Amino acid sequence: MARKRESSPQNPHDVGRVMREIPERPRGTPLKDQDIREGKVSLIAWKPHLEYRWDSGVAISRFLLGLKEGKILGVRCHSCGRTVTPPRAFCEWCFRPVDEWVELKDTGTVNTFSICYVTWDMKPLEIPQIPAVIEIDGTHPRVGFLHLLGGIGEKDVEAIRRRVRVGMRVQAVWKSPAERVGAITDILYFQPLE
Amino acid sequence: MDEGVAILGVGVTPLRPISPELSQRELIFEAATKAYIDAGTEPAEIHSFISISEDFHEGTSITDEYTPDQLGAILRPVHTIAGDGLQGLAAACMLIQSGIADLVAVEGHCKTSNILNHEEVFAMALDPIYERPVGVPSHAIAALEMRRYLHETGLPEEAVAGVVVKNRRNALRNPLASYGASLTVEEVQASPLLASPLRVLHTSPYADGAVVLIVASAARARRKGRKPVWIKGIGWATETPWLAERSWGRATYTVVSAQMAYRMAGISRPRKEIHFAEVDDTYAYKELQHLQALELLTPQEATELTRGGDFEGPLPVNASGGSLGMGYCFDATALYRVAEATWQIRGEAGSHQVPGARTGVVCSWRGVPTTTGGVVVLQAD
Ligand SMILES: [Zn+2]
Repeated sequence: MARKRESSPQNPHDVGRVMREIPERPRGTPLKDQDIREGKVSLIAWKPHLEYRWDSGVAISRFLLGLKEGKILGVRCHSCGRTVTPPRAFCEWCFRPVDEWVELKDTGTVNTFSICYVTWDMKPLEIPQIPAVIEIDGTHPRVGFLHLLGGIGEKDVEAIRRRVRVGMRVQAVWKSPAERVGAITDILYFQPLE
Repeated sequence: MDEGVAILGVGVTPLRPISPELSQRELIFEAATKAYIDAGTEPAEIHSFISISEDFHEGTSITDEYTPDQLGAILRPVHTIAGDGLQGLAAACMLIQSGIADLVAVEGHCKTSNILNHEEVFAMALDPIYERPVGVPSHAIAALEMRRYLHETGLPEEAVAGVVVKNRRNALRNPLASYGASLTVEEVQASPLLASPLRVLHTSPYADGAVVLIVASAARARRKGRKPVWIKGIGWATETPWLAERSWGRATYTVVSAQMAYRMAGISRPRKEIHFAEVDDTYAYKELQHLQALELLTPQEATELTRGGDFEGPLPVNASGGSLGMGYCFDATALYRVAEATWQIRGEAGSHQVPGARTGVVCSWRGVPTTTGGVVVLQAD
């Protein structure tokens, strides 16, 4: 609702008048990209060049080596009976080292998914990406990891929406052995089994 | 502290220049497992968990999210202190004194070897507008402080070299230390200048490691039937971020922290009442500067002591080897030194045991460019 403006003498000490004249939306000076580029605004730029190389450790190293061989590895804890992937050196439930390594199938079930219209750095995508949490077969309780769905065979969003669903059975599509480097991206995506 | 807060358990991994065999989480799991066993407890009994970490050192933001697994802390109260290790220990004291928790785990870790360009991480710590663009490296900031310290005290550079000789020799007796060495003052002073008057060997080398302390209320500490080491007083302070406004010659943050910790501990004559000290020596001159701020030794006395090149004397300082001898691991450093002091007071320090170590002080510093540090007074049962 628009506030009614009242005319009053231009007394600078008339706080009431000043308050009444404050517009509903503040009248700032809008900044344009150009103003910033031309240095009309006082800004200091800094581009960090931070570099790290993380030790992947006992469990994840072996997991990555498995991926290079086209295998999804998991670990089993005899105390709680869980089989989990990605593997870990210790069971975070039981707080003890895990007992056993197991090779899992490269099939699983979609726990949840999204149809995503932007890239990780927020650029628009013409063909949407489908991030999903995949529960890998043979794990208990069912766990797995974040990956992408692909090979849907549909470019049209409506068609993707009709086809992809929670609970859908999927299988990993791998890079060729020569292309695999021992990384989670050695799996290109998971595609529907049905 | 009236009700009493005690260190009940200690777990550490040896400090090493690199640690490719274990991931950071696996390293912490090892330290945590040792700490729980040492305290005669298990994660299920711990009421609250504190992790010390700094995102720029991790290369991951919101690192708290990655803390629970390796501490056994899933679905439990967890929080992170992005600060000095002693600030984390202080947080544990607050949790216990306020009645929120009886048993707290405090964790600190560092994978310094996983940071490929330390200078870039350091640059991020300087004010982006009036400091970073000047392009001064971290060691040069320390050099400015060392110069002013030597100027105000009249000490020769050789006094600083004496600290290096002592600490690296002490480290030879500490199996957790990575940089034990038998050096002479001449050898230290012949090492290359980084930024005069600071030389390479005046600087503590980086190390990887993880440390977990189990902190308990008095009631819980007594019930456990272990040898509690009491936190009698703790203090921490920050001076000012303005480079030109700080007291370059003196560690005023330590003066304030020590006053706070001594008052809490009821210590009026620190020189008489404290038997040993684990004091920040990220740079060798810092040890002398901190000892002065702790009212434990004058610079001249400290120099005399280091001339002996050993930890046995009226006030053994850094019997562990300090950061110069053990290795420097950012904010986890202070917790390593609390672990060392705990072993000293328990009489479990092995071949670097200080005879009659009943009351000790640990003094920390957050490193360049900070003026932040802490002091904790620890005492036998
Ligand atoms: Zn388990």
